[in-house]
Amino acid sequence: MPYKLAIASGKGGTGKTSISANLFHQFKQAGREVHLVDCDVEEPNALLFQHAACLESEKGIEQLIPAIDTDRCTFCRKCAEYCEYNAIVVIPPVKFAQVNASLCHSCGACLVACTYGAISERPEPIGAVHHYKLGQLAHLTEGRLRIGSAMQTLLIRELKKAISPLGEVILYDAPPGTSCPVVETIADADYVILVTEPTRFGVNDLKLMVALVRKLNLPFGVVINKKGLGGSEVYSYLEKEHIDLLAEIPFSREFASGYARGNFLETLPVEVAGGYAGLLEVVQHKIKEHEGDHRTQR
Amino acid sequence: MKTVITAAGNTADSAFDRRFGRGAWFCVLNASNQIEEFIENVLVEASNGAGTKAAEKMVELGIGKVISGDFGPKAKDLLDKFEIQMVILQDESLTVQDIVNRFQHE
Repeated sequence: MPYKLAIASGKGGTGKTSISANLFHQFKQAGREVHLVDCDVEEPNALLFQHAACLESEKGIEQLIPAIDTDRCTFCRKCAEYCEYNAIVVIPPVKFAQVNASLCHSCGACLVACTYGAISERPEPIGAVHHYKLGQLAHLTEGRLRIGSAMQTLLIRELKKAISPLGEVILYDAPPGTSCPVVETIADADYVILVTEPTRFGVNDLKLMVALVRKLNLPFGVVINKKGLGGSEVYSYLEKEHIDLLAEIPFSREFASGYARGNFLETLPVEVAGGYAGLLEVVQHKIKEHEGDHRTQR
Repeated sequence: MKTVITAAGNTADSAFDRRFGRGAWFCVLNASNQIEEFIENVLVEASNGAGTKAAEKMVELGIGKVISGDFGPKAKDLLDKFEIQMVILQDESLTVQDIVNRFQHE
């Protein structure tokens, strides 16, 4: 089984993609079999930095939306009562019954509720999963949500199912926030890297994220990105909470302009490269520890 | 024809609530525009679908006109379909009684 590492942050723009793209690059350079999975399905951007990526396969993803046959429907409202998402409208006096596709989560509860055989399901496209290869050993898979769809979590679940369980390391680049899509992304990770920046916004959202990973009982550590911005609150927080500081990456304008041009991997400033090299070392140590644990378990 | 005003409370002097699906109470007026009853919006805290469900309630109650501050796209579709008139008022300093009074002057 590959070692699964999730890169998450709470706040957007702290550097999840920079860090996952960089770890991916370093593993690739070292000849390790590595798989980068872009779980930010609302705006996948990991591919933008991988100029040598070749599309291997594309798979459409659908959700099943129920449809109500009003000829069979008795307008008993049981399906609407079962629906946790208020996606079903039934108005008995006017014999009206309809499913609101944009609210439906495809849970199937309405099909269980209906004893009159009035509900059937039809597939609705929600997005696609693309798989790319970079040379022989490096893989990149991204989920891309269809504009207008709110089924992020479902698409992430399908994206993870589509990944081959081979290789040495899987990197999950998480979406921002702390809601369902993030939970889906990090839930099966062996380790979570929380990326923060030393600003007040960064610290606030880091606290929310720490509460989440602790609730999920996942091992985690923090990377402080853009060191030099903001204040020192993040350091006192990490100390007080006894949280591992994995690496610090200095803020660099040169790095930012490389990122904006889409070629930061090729033009890494020395001080930033040093931060990343330090992070890789820590991560490799975590992988070794994990392998060791598994050996003793056997 | 019955009318509904979205309200923050269940008395005539309650503030007008500009939210339709998230308004706390529906004040129902009878055909001669007298306050008939206040119905609590049970889905005020729903995570989603509050607008659709509020529109569903209007159809069920046989309402002809709804006075609120705004209507979301899903609520609007349903109200349109059943030809329920939507009236938008932006003044949040109004009470339910103020709006009822406007009918008496018509």
